[in-house]
Amino acid sequence: MIKFQLNGKQTEFNGDPSTPLLWVIRDEKKLTGTKYGCGIAQCGACTVHLNGSTLRSCVTPISEVSGKEVTTIEGLLSSKVSAEATAVQRAWVAIDVPQCGYCQSGQVMSAVALLKANSNPTDQDIDNAMAGNICRCATYQRIRQGIHDAAGTLTASASSNVKGETA
Amino acid sequence: MTSSSSVNTSRRRFLGGSCLVVGFTLTPKGLAQAYDASNNASKSAAKTLNAFVIVAPDDTVTVLSKHIEFGQGPYTGLATLVAEEMDADWAQIRVDSAPADNELYANTMFGAQLTGGSTTMANSYTQMREAGATARTMLLAAAAIEWSVPASELTVEKGRIRHAKSGKESGFGAFAADAAKLTPPEKVTLKNSSDFVLIGENRPKVDTKVKTNGEAKFTLDLQLDNMLIATVLHPSHYGATVSSLDAKAALAIPGVVDVKAVPSGVAVYAENTYAALKGRQALNVKWNESAAETRSSEQIIDSYRAMIGKKGITATERGDISKAFSNDTSTTHEAEFVFPFLAHAPMEPLDAVLMRQRDGSIDCYAGSQFPTGDKQAISEVCQIDAGKVRIHTQLAGGSFGRRAQFNSPFMREASEVFKASGMSRPVKLFWTREDDIRGGFYRPIYVHQLKGAINADGTIDGWDQVVVGQSIRGKTDEVDETSVEGASDLPYVIENMRMVSHNTTNGVPPLWWRSVGHTHTAFTVEVFLDELLEKSGKDPIEGRLALLKNNPRESAVLRRVAQMASSAGKPAKGRVHGVAVHKSFSSYVAQIAEVSVQADGTPKVHKVWVAVDCGVAVNPNIIKAQMEGGVGYGLGAILYDEITLGEGGYIKQSNFHDYRSLRIGEMPEVIVEIIESNESPTGVGEPGVPPIGPAVANAWRRLTGKPVRRLPLVRSQLS
Ligand code: FES
Ligand code: FES
Repeated sequence: MIKFQLNGKQTEFNGDPSTPLLWVIRDEKKLTGTKYGCGIAQCGACTVHLNGSTLRSCVTPISEVSGKEVTTIEGLLSSKVSAEATAVQRAWVAIDVPQCGYCQSGQVMSAVALLKANSNPTDQDIDNAMAGNICRCATYQRIRQGIHDAAGTLTASASSNVKGETA
Repeated sequence: MTSSSSVNTSRRRFLGGSCLVVGFTLTPKGLAQAYDASNNASKSAAKTLNAFVIVAPDDTVTVLSKHIEFGQGPYTGLATLVAEEMDADWAQIRVDSAPADNELYANTMFGAQLTGGSTTMANSYTQMREAGATARTMLLAAAAIEWSVPASELTVEKGRIRHAKSGKESGFGAFAADAAKLTPPEKVTLKNSSDFVLIGENRPKVDTKVKTNGEAKFTLDLQLDNMLIATVLHPSHYGATVSSLDAKAALAIPGVVDVKAVPSGVAVYAENTYAALKGRQALNVKWNESAAETRSSEQIIDSYRAMIGKKGITATERGDISKAFSNDTSTTHEAEFVFPFLAHAPMEPLDAVLMRQRDGSIDCYAGSQFPTGDKQAISEVCQIDAGKVRIHTQLAGGSFGRRAQFNSPFMREASEVFKASGMSRPVKLFWTREDDIRGGFYRPIYVHQLKGAINADGTIDGWDQVVVGQSIRGKTDEVDETSVEGASDLPYVIENMRMVSHNTTNGVPPLWWRSVGHTHTAFTVEVFLDELLEKSGKDPIEGRLALLKNNPRESAVLRRVAQMASSAGKPAKGRVHGVAVHKSFSSYVAQIAEVSVQADGTPKVHKVWVAVDCGVAVNPNIIKAQMEGGVGYGLGAILYDEITLGEGGYIKQSNFHDYRSLRIGEMPEVIVEIIESNESPTGVGEPGVPPIGPAVANAWRRLTGKPVRRLPLVRSQLS
């Protein structure tokens, strides 16, 4: 039996230990926000966070996740990156980033991880961090804009917090 | 403007107290009900005012979309039309997909329920406005009776009905039940465009939020109790059939329930996805390739070349083409263009869920782009009356043409798989990316040959074009419009012009791919014309404008895009602009691409300016998004993509590692302007695609001196 944390809760899996995390999350845990797009770590639709870093769940056997902490799109707002997640999702809604929407869980997961690591990314930082996430609808321009906008609100709220503390 | 209501014909079926349950919308609706369809009558108090509008007691207005939502924005666009004429508040609007019903929900341009050809807005513009106006009239009539005041004294604003004299005020919901009992008006008056409140504004899209937080449900996400997951092992040569099957190893895998041969391959049924995939891998199948396509792409292309010069079908002829080319003082120019097979590769591969109810009827959940055909396919394969098939159209993860097929072959496969399972448990058939990339139904291979004549005073006075390729519409002895559209109707004034077409056959079935014939015709026309203009010493913009004197809308987008690019200043050193203008699906788009050569010798597209004329801009935000997406989708394809049949006909590519998609670092900055217009709205899903290829190729030629003769560009230019 494999035990791991899923969106803050202890959980387990009893099936084939070579099962990719993607199918455990979707089929067993019924969390379908994480998508299948290629199954070979090419598209990023299946991106989750493992101990805070992005991970392609389609090529990660569940055995490798044992004892670790997995966050999916469903758990993002109640995770350690809730501030980044809120900023990203608001920015996405404000400028209508998604088209078909199928890739967007993965895009949001990657964008949130980027902003956690780098609160003020350049275009080049965005290109590097988001290179693994394909969007066939080519919403890339708005993804880029959304990340910059989210970074802006995060910086603004961070600086107002600092002011609040010193006042 | 008064118009007789086309929703009238359908209204009676929805009157007399028929109700639908419509919860919020973007979840797979009806899933719970589907378990007991016989119990479908006793439902909530929401009232259906016509085939498209449902008003609930809590004031929410649900608009039924007869068109599938896969990112191109019909849910928001169609709801805007209804809300406008109802004077509803945007916040009270919900959207749900309409069921498959040819009588109520046919695309008025095709006579069948189908989303395609960028016709959603064009075929719905009046119909949905009438639906909104009808609902408004009926609600006001009910309010007038209840308040004992003349309906003419009532006003509506943001979903509130008011009677100024008496001070009475109410939302729509209070009158929904009474309104539903009234006879709908024969005629309704539609607003003048100057009175529009919602049309022309950037409405936020109704489906954005659930597409950022993982809540949006696609077909692949549906999980019914006791459902089997099915995958099909397909042959690596298109058209091969199963000659022998050994399923022992597959059946030994825990979770694998059954294995069955089906017409398209071998189906594996399992309790979960991983078992289905492992089971498929463990199958031992021998294939009979006698009916398969065994030629390689190169052999196919050579056979197409050999047809040029033979007798074809004349699509257009004007002037005297032989005279234009026999003039000694003229210069002639020739080019051959070769286009590869292209897969659509929508982000969500094809999938469908089928389940049989106790009464023998079948529910199908799928991203159905052609519900009429899908229903027929299920009915024929599963041998039940079409009236007993219900299609529940789901949000779909893209399509680009892939989900709309003649005769619904994918739904036939899903039905065969379901039928072979015995139909006692719900079955979800799911295609992997490999199935998608190798699944045929490609944009076909085309070979074009062009000849142009420039006379002594520099006028282009001869244009002779031949196209060879598969007929998407299955034509043999007649012109298939999809092979020649965008070229045979050349907008440029050229005195002597001819286009000839050859229909070919091929073992790999063809399909329309976002913008259909324009994917290749626009490229040939705009690249070849650019070369002729260059040879005759003319400016690419001014030269085009001079030849477009009879086409004001093409001219206007071209002028606008030129202005946009020039107001951005001179391109930086090493960067060059290329232009293209093209009309498709009655919309006009001009693009200028700014391109440079990267250190590795490949092109870098920095910026693309886009000017679009699609008539009335119902939602500028969606139009811009479709232009951005069209540029990105088209650019990825022209730079990198081809499906190749190797030696013996096997399909070489299999997934995103060898069928490249544009990635974020390759996406140019796209700047869009929309021409103000009072013309009826036309499509935006496809028209952004055709100009990007030629605009980039023209820049590339001006930059490097190398004309682009074969796509994808990166392979042909760098190998
Ligand atoms: S599904 Fe995992 S990267 Fe594509
Ligand atoms: S929004 Fe459709 S694939 Fe990204």
